Amino acid sequence: MASEPILGAEIIVKALIDQGVEVIFGYPGGAVLPLYDALFKQNQIKHILVRHEQAAVHAAEGYARSTGKVGVVLVTSGPGATNAVTGLTDALMDSIPIVCLTGQVPTHLIGNDAFQEADTTGITRPCTKHNYLVKSVDDLSRTIHEAFHVTRSGRPGPVVVDLPKDVQQTSGTYTNHAGERHRSYNPPVKPDRQQVEAAIALMAGAKKPLFYIGGGVVNSGPAATQLLVDFIRLTGFPCTQTLMGLGAFPGSDPLSLGMLGMHGMYEANWAMHDCDVMINIGARFDDRVTGKVSAFAPNSKKIHVDIDPSSINKNVRVDVPVVGDVGHVVEEMMRIWKARQIRPDAKALSAWWEQINKWRGRDCLKYKQDGEIIKPQYALERLYAAMKDRDYYITTEVGQHQMWAAQFLKFEKPQHWMTSGGLGTMGYGLPAATGVQVAHPDSLVIDVAGEASIMMNIQELSTLVQYRLPVKVFILNNRWMGMVRQWQELLHGGRYSESYSDALPDFVKLADAFGAHGLRATKTSELDGIIKQMIDIKGPVIVDVAVDEKENCFPMIPSGAAHNEMLLGPEDQSAKPISEEGMVLV
Amino acid sequence: MEQGKVQRHTISVLVDNEAGVLARVIGLFSGRGYNIESLTVAEVDNQAHFSRITVVTSGTPMIIEQIKNQLRRLVPVHRVTDLTLDGPSLERELVLVKVHGSGEKRVESLRIADIFRARVVDSTIESFVFEMTGSTEKLNAFINLMQPLGLVEVSRTGVVAIARGAEAI
Repeated sequence: MASEPILGAEIIVKALIDQGVEVIFGYPGGAVLPLYDALFKQNQIKHILVRHEQAAVHAAEGYARSTGKVGVVLVTSGPGATNAVTGLTDALMDSIPIVCLTGQVPTHLIGNDAFQEADTTGITRPCTKHNYLVKSVDDLSRTIHEAFHVTRSGRPGPVVVDLPKDVQQTSGTYTNHAGERHRSYNPPVKPDRQQVEAAIALMAGAKKPLFYIGGGVVNSGPAATQLLVDFIRLTGFPCTQTLMGLGAFPGSDPLSLGMLGMHGMYEANWAMHDCDVMINIGARFDDRVTGKVSAFAPNSKKIHVDIDPSSINKNVRVDVPVVGDVGHVVEEMMRIWKARQIRPDAKALSAWWEQINKWRGRDCLKYKQDGEIIKPQYALERLYAAMKDRDYYITTEVGQHQMWAAQFLKFEKPQHWMTSGGLGTMGYGLPAATGVQVAHPDSLVIDVAGEASIMMNIQELSTLVQYRLPVKVFILNNRWMGMVRQWQELLHGGRYSESYSDALPDFVKLADAFGAHGLRATKTSELDGIIKQMIDIKGPVIVDVAVDEKENCFPMIPSGAAHNEMLLGPEDQSAKPISEEGMVLV
Repeated sequence: MEQGKVQRHTISVLVDNEAGVLARVIGLFSGRGYNIESLTVAEVDNQAHFSRITVVTSGTPMIIEQIKNQLRRLVPVHRVTDLTLDGPSLERELVLVKVHGSGEKRVESLRIADIFRARVVDSTIESFVFEMTGSTEKLNAFINLMQPLGLVEVSRTGVVAIARGAEAI
C-alpha cells in the first residue's frame, strides 16, 4: 500500500494514526520541530504538553496502564531524551508498553558532539526493551510499526525510536506494516499442554494451596483477568496479590488475602510461608515479595506461569514452569479442571482456611486513632469510604503513603491502580494521574502522595490546569521522607540523616499559584468535609493532609527476614535485631 | 539463589547483523554480571545479514539457563544454542604468536612450532610470527612453551564453535 512521497515527519504521524494512537505526551525542541509541524497540520492525534520529559513518560505509563493501549511519548534530542530515561526505566521494570520517539541531530552530525546531541540509543539500550536509530527515510514506516509490535507483544516494555532531524525532513513513501510478522521477535503465547497438565495435577492434590498473582495478569487484559478470577473462584483457593497485581482479583472477595510482601498482609505472608502448592501467575518473585529467599515458602511445590522465560528460575527455583500468556494458560487450566471434574481435598482445604482465618484474626492493619492528630491510615480509610462507590483510579508516589494506599484502598477491577512498583520512582504519581485522567476524563483520579515525592514533579500541576484535568492530589504530609525515616529509626539508631522535609511550600498557596484549588486538613474532625470538597470541585485539587509525623508503616518483614518473622507493629520491634545480611539489602 | 557447580559453556547466538547488536549482547552480560571468557563475532550470511556470536561463559546451571533466556529476549536474536549441552561440538581458536630471539632459542621455537603444527607466516633474521589453530588448551600450551623462547606478542581470535554431525542450527 505504497503512496505518494511525503515528508518523513508525515510518515511518522501516518504510522501513529494507523496504529490507533489518539494521544501523545511530549515536549518540543529543535530536533523534533518537523514532527511538531506535522502534528500541527492534522487533527486525529491529540498532543498533551507536559512540563518535563520524565513526566511525559510517566503520563504515557498512566495512560497505558489504565487503558491497556500503548502510551506514546515525543521528546527532543539530548536533554529531552536523557530526561526521559527515568520514565523509560520505570516502564521497563513494570512491563508497560511505551513507544518513545526522540529527536536526534541530523545524521551527518551524529558523533560530532553537536548541540543537544546525546547517544540516545546507547544511553537507553539498558533501559528499554528495544531501541532503534532510523538513519534512512526508507526504514521509517517499518520501524515505527515494528516498535509498536515489540512494545506490546510478549512481556511489554518501552521502545525508543531515535529520529534524526534530516530523516524527518526527507521525502519518502509510507507503507502500512501493521500486523506484519516480525523476522525474529514473535514470542509464543500458547503454553505447553503437558506443563499445564502437570500444574493441574499439583493443584488437584494440594492441601494448602495459594494463588500468588501479579502485574502480568493485568497486562494480559481485562478478559484474561476475568477468566482467572472465575478460575480462582472455581477452585476455592486463597489468592494473594503483588503490589503490581492489586485489582487483578477483587480486593473485597473473601478469597482475597490482599497484598503480600514486605508491607503485605500478615495472613498473606504466613499463607505464603506455609503453603504446599503455590500457583504464581504473572508475578516474578521480586525481592520485596520473597524476603529471605532461602526461607521462602520452604515446603511448597511451585507453579510459575509467565510469558517471559527469563523470569522463570531467576530468583526462585520452581517445579512446574508454564511459559505463555495468562489468558491462554488459564483457559487451558479451566478446561482441564472442568473436564476432569477435579474436586480438591475439601477437608484439607477447610482446615487451611481455618488457619488463614486465624491469621486474619490478628487484624494486622490495626492502628490507634486517638485525639485530633490525623493518622495516615485513618485519612486513607476516610478517603476510601468517600470514593468507593464511584469510578475511581488511584496513582501513588513512592514511600510510606504508597504502602498505606496499597493496604487501605481496595481495588475490584484491574487497570485502576497505578504505582511505580519495580523502580520505586518518587514523582511518578502526579504525571501518571495526568495520563489516567486524559484517558478517563469523567472518572475520579486521585494521586495519593507524600509531601516529599510530590515535589519531584510538582511542575505538572501546570499541565493539569492547562488541559482542565480534574486530578486530585491527596498529600499525606508528615514532614518527613517517611520510609527513609522509618528505616533510619529501625536500622540506623534513629539518626535521621537528611530525611526531614525542611522548607516545605504552603501547598494551598502553591495550588493557588498554579491556578488549581488548595485545601488543608489538620484535624480528624476536618477530614471528611475536606475530602467531600475535594471530590466536588470540578478542577484539579491539592489536599494537604497534616498527618502524624512519627507513624510507621506496619506490618513489615524486616530486610533479610522470612515471611513468618513479620513485625506487626511498634511493640513488635525488639523481637530480633536485623542481621548483617539484612542491613546491606535495600 | 546460586545452585550447583560453576561450569564453562560455549553459546552460539545467531543475530541480525545490524548496528548496535554486539553492544546489546555485551551490555546484557555486563549489566547482569555474567562472565565473558571469550567472544567472537562475524557475519556468516551476507544475503540474510546474519552474524554469529560465539560466547564462552561460565556459571551455575541456573545462571547459564538465565543467560540463554535473556539472550533469546533480545529482538535481533534469531537463535541461541548451547554447544556444551546440545551434543558433541568442535571448538577452535586461532593465534598469532611473535617470538623474538636468535641462536639456539630461535631454533628451538621453530622445532616446537613444528610439533604443534604451527605455521611460520612472517620471518626476519631475529623473529618469527607463528600461526596456529586449535583448542584453547592447545593454544595455551603453545604460548606457555614460547614464553622462555622470546615471546613478545600474542593475538588470538577467541573461540569459534560448531556442532558435530549433519544437523545445522
